[in-house]
Amino acid sequence: MPYPPLMVKPMREELVAAGFEELYTPSDVDRFLGEKSGTALLVVNSVCGCAAGMARPGARLALQQGARPDRLGTVFAGQDLEATAKARAFIADIPPSSPSMALFKDGELVWFLPRHRIEGRDALAVAADLKAAFAEHCPAPAHVG
Amino acid sequence: MRTFAGHASKHELHGITVVVETDGPELFVGRCDDIDAAGVHLKDADRHVEGDGAASREEFLSRARRLGVWPNHRMLTVPGERVRRVVRLVEA
Repeated sequence: MPYPPLMVKPMREELVAAGFEELYTPSDVDRFLGEKSGTALLVVNSVCGCAAGMARPGARLALQQGARPDRLGTVFAGQDLEATAKARAFIADIPPSSPSMALFKDGELVWFLPRHRIEGRDALAVAADLKAAFAEHCPAPAHVG
Repeated sequence: MRTFAGHASKHELHGITVVVETDGPELFVGRCDDIDAAGVHLKDADRHVEGDGAASREEFLSRARRLGVWPNHRMLTVPGERVRRVVRLVEA
């Protein structure tokens, strides 16, 4: 049963503040992951403090500088059930877990961080994994000036 | 921001994905809910039986370490007397 919206609002806002688009419906997910060009990071958000409490700040830290995906999207497991199911259908060969993160390049999954590789780690460690994936798969930012 | 800290009554591995080795051919991987006198309580767990014709134990564990396991059992308890070792999946 989903948690009350008020309870999860700060957990949603933490990613939105970092530039993530919330994907509430299957059609939102289809539009986001159906785009076959460029890079896209999908975060499966979660209420669980054991892992999600480090996943969200880890994602925020990783996006502060350096290479980054073209698009950022998030579904909320246990809350937006149909959207989450739709997102998981795009990575159907991978067992479901939340929180988790998936990086797509030109429509193909190129990197995945399951929940068990987030558990017990701090945000800096999660961010380091993400930044390594961004460096490998995402274009470096253009220098200005 | 951390979310819930209200798991003080649970075992320190609460919420952590673990491997439960048994005294037999069975191996379990799942999210530890608690460990008590009854055994190891797992959520969203999968079970591997060595020699059942599917992947070997090492193949099963290797894939689990990379991607996780399918939640074929929403909840299960591995009886304490059968548990040989409990270790975090990332360390297995």
